[in-house]
Amino acid sequence: MTRARRLWTLIALPTLSIVLAVVVGSIVILVSELLVSGRLRFDLPINAYSALISGSIGTPNAIVNTLVQTTPLILGGLSVGLAFKAGLFNIGAQGQFLIGALVAVAVGTQFRTFEPGFVGLLVSIAAGALAGAAYGFIPGILKAVSGAHEVVTTIMLNFVAVSTVAAAVSTILDVPGSPSPITLDVGTAALPVLFGRNGHLGILIAPIIAAAMSWLLFKTTWGFEIRTTGANPEAARYAGMSPRRIIVYAMSLAGGLAGLAGATEVLGVTKHMTASYGTTVGFDSIAVALLGRTNPLGIVFAALLFGAMRSGAAAMQIQAGVPAELVGVLQATILFFIVASSVVRRIFRLRAAGPGLDEATTISRSYGGGEAPRAA
Amino acid sequence: MSIPGEEILPAEVALPAEVVQAPALEMRGITKRYPGVVANDSINLTVRPGEIHALLGENGAGKSTLMNVLYGLAVPDEGEILLDGGPLKLAGPADAIAHGISMVHQHFMLVPVLSVAENIVLGEETMANRIFLDRDEADRRIIELGKRFGFEVDPDVKVGSLSVGWQQRVEILKALYRDARILVLDEPTAVLTPQETQEIFAVLRRLAEQGHSIIFISHKLYEVLEIADRITVIRRGKVVGERVPSETNEDDLAELMVGREVDLVVDRGESHPGAPELHVEGLRVNDDRRNEVVRGVDLEVRAGEILGIAGVAGNGQDELVEALIGLRKPAGGKVLLGANDITGDASRGIYEQGVGYVPADRHRFGLVLSYSVAENTVLTSYHRPPFARGILRNHDAIERVARERIQEYDIRTPSEDVRMGTLSGGNQQKVVVAREFSRDLKLLILDQPTRGLDVGSIEFIHRQAIAKRDSGTAILLVSAELDEILELSDRIAVMFRGRIVATMGARGADKNEVGLLMATGGERDVSPVVTAA
Repeated sequence: MTRARRLWTLIALPTLSIVLAVVVGSIVILVSELLVSGRLRFDLPINAYSALISGSIGTPNAIVNTLVQTTPLILGGLSVGLAFKAGLFNIGAQGQFLIGALVAVAVGTQFRTFEPGFVGLLVSIAAGALAGAAYGFIPGILKAVSGAHEVVTTIMLNFVAVSTVAAAVSTILDVPGSPSPITLDVGTAALPVLFGRNGHLGILIAPIIAAAMSWLLFKTTWGFEIRTTGANPEAARYAGMSPRRIIVYAMSLAGGLAGLAGATEVLGVTKHMTASYGTTVGFDSIAVALLGRTNPLGIVFAALLFGAMRSGAAAMQIQAGVPAELVGVLQATILFFIVASSVVRRIFRLRAAGPGLDEATTISRSYGGGEAPRAA
Repeated sequence: MSIPGEEILPAEVALPAEVVQAPALEMRGITKRYPGVVANDSINLTVRPGEIHALLGENGAGKSTLMNVLYGLAVPDEGEILLDGGPLKLAGPADAIAHGISMVHQHFMLVPVLSVAENIVLGEETMANRIFLDRDEADRRIIELGKRFGFEVDPDVKVGSLSVGWQQRVEILKALYRDARILVLDEPTAVLTPQETQEIFAVLRRLAEQGHSIIFISHKLYEVLEIADRITVIRRGKVVGERVPSETNEDDLAELMVGREVDLVVDRGESHPGAPELHVEGLRVNDDRRNEVVRGVDLEVRAGEILGIAGVAGNGQDELVEALIGLRKPAGGKVLLGANDITGDASRGIYEQGVGYVPADRHRFGLVLSYSVAENTVLTSYHRPPFARGILRNHDAIERVARERIQEYDIRTPSEDVRMGTLSGGNQQKVVVAREFSRDLKLLILDQPTRGLDVGSIEFIHRQAIAKRDSGTAILLVSAELDEILELSDRIAVMFRGRIVATMGARGADKNEVGLLMATGGERDVSPVVTAA
């Protein structure tokens, strides 16, 4: 197979899923306009998409904003993607993100006036990542010891995380006298803004972490062990690896990445937390990881796409009058086509990418294990 | 060079005149192309009523494709199927079954927790009315069918409690229940003991007597010679010959199948056993449900000899091997490698002391099919120099060694970086063999090393094993294929219900006696201690 063919078999499904999602999005725009105003406006989808594009990459500020939106998605996507590689479905990125954010804020506020600022920043970021790792360790050790399925345990832990944030922010972290529960500002521990209005340091950290992840997965024996465990845990055991230990490490590392995503978000964007701190980054990360086919480079591109859509949504609403929620429709539709890949294959008459790719037995393995891009 | 068998005329010529009658099934000029390969190249196959017709060919020769065409799973690009002289277009398996064509797969399609009757009527339920099953009617028909063909089975027994041989009969009953007239059996004897094989042959003969046509797929030559009325040999998608058993022999068939002369029994010289390399004493191992399935095994394998463990699958061999290589903790007893006690050690430590292992199930244990051939050649030594320094992998070294192995072991692959899953079964197993055999070994454990492989690959792997023996490696061979045990071993130990019930020198061992020991454990109380020959 030529290089081009090989690349195409990897990116065909995500690319075509995006194309199909754009088509479905257009239909949704047309139909909803028809229902609201009784008119068929065929120019509306074009207006909406061009507003979405110019709103996300039309100006230097828009580009910076897109990168800011992309940063947590890259880190979260890497978290889910790494777990997929190990044959695990980390639905808990959301919870790990929240715990990482909470601990980073808790530590950051302690250092809010500390000089030099980077000390507080480093400690806060490390604390957030470690907290996320600890939160990922829990489902990892449960799975290794008792076989408890990580999908169930991480979903449960997501609820625990949401409640923990609410409880912590309304009690020990609450600023006395504030009208509603809110933490202090992290002050000097915040990520410095380097570009434009809000382009914080985190937008450089995320791609570096992605490169590190790629190195770990494809250039080291640890990565080989992780990928082997995901692709065929029995063969891993037979080869003298310890899949149980690898599961614990992989889940902890995945949690650490999601925790890091949370930490960069609160230290770089919001600088504080409220009791009702809401985000969908953890769940969007699953879509990003799937769209990026669990490959670190693919995840970076997928995160850029989702980040751009989030960043351009407001412009689309203002300029074309199409609700920002259309972005949610697009994301969900892309994910739908990726998951229901046989539908896409039928529409475009694609051949299955090869044995072991589509006929896998578990959800996570079918997304995580089959993909083994040849290591360099 | 002329291909052997090409000169053979259509089978009518070779048949006694009185047998010639209108065919029940005719496949004419069947051609099926897949991207890059012609799986079937204008294949003709004629099956008469009441005939047992053997389809012989190596893995990948096109037998499965042809049968998929017959079963409605694949649409041929060219050619036609005639059933009783009339053309047949099949929309799918359900259509094939409706036309009286049924298939008994190598891996049974049975639900263990359901009864015999429930399994048989599954999908074809006889209804008493719109809501309730007519179980009595189903039971009556099943008993009647059993009587007619000489294998009565209690319809209420749970399938899971039946032996493999009887489960197979349930599969056949399932086909007969659907009024099958043409029955395809895919490697039906692969899972049976010699005795069970004889029993199923009796059933097949009875079916044929009553006018059913049977297509018998196999790669076991002596079985084909014993059971078939006619034999069609396929190689690389083409029919290369038709034979009647009375006018051919195993060597002739093997040559047709492989396209060259094959040594069916690899010539092995005398063994020269040295010091004991593996010493097992009173080993007890539990299975996953904590039943003791290895119940006090004593073994000794010396350097330069092959000890074969014969036994019907599921008599504790899997657990024994897993305990030896550290994948399962023994419940008791001792395992010594040379002078070192390795009882309960981790696999990696055991491998690094010079133990090689070819697992029974290459897809489950031996290979990662989504990895490249190169990555699979280092699967058990990826962490050691030259393949890695510290945690950094050395891809150049991995690929260089992979290319060497491909050369040395004649692995047919376009390159070392194609996906493992795209190789044929024989070449996949060669990768496992290449990986394990090329390490510096004291002990080599071969667990079903040739299961599902074609004659050519079996010959190759057997040769490699003998060579390894002659270079002084102790080899423990576990196989459910009694022939393989007899052909390779220097000594044979028979395992039955977790114990070694007999041990003997392999030369001159009687196949039927060993088969009986495998099936019954022997009435005699045989000392379980294996002594060196």
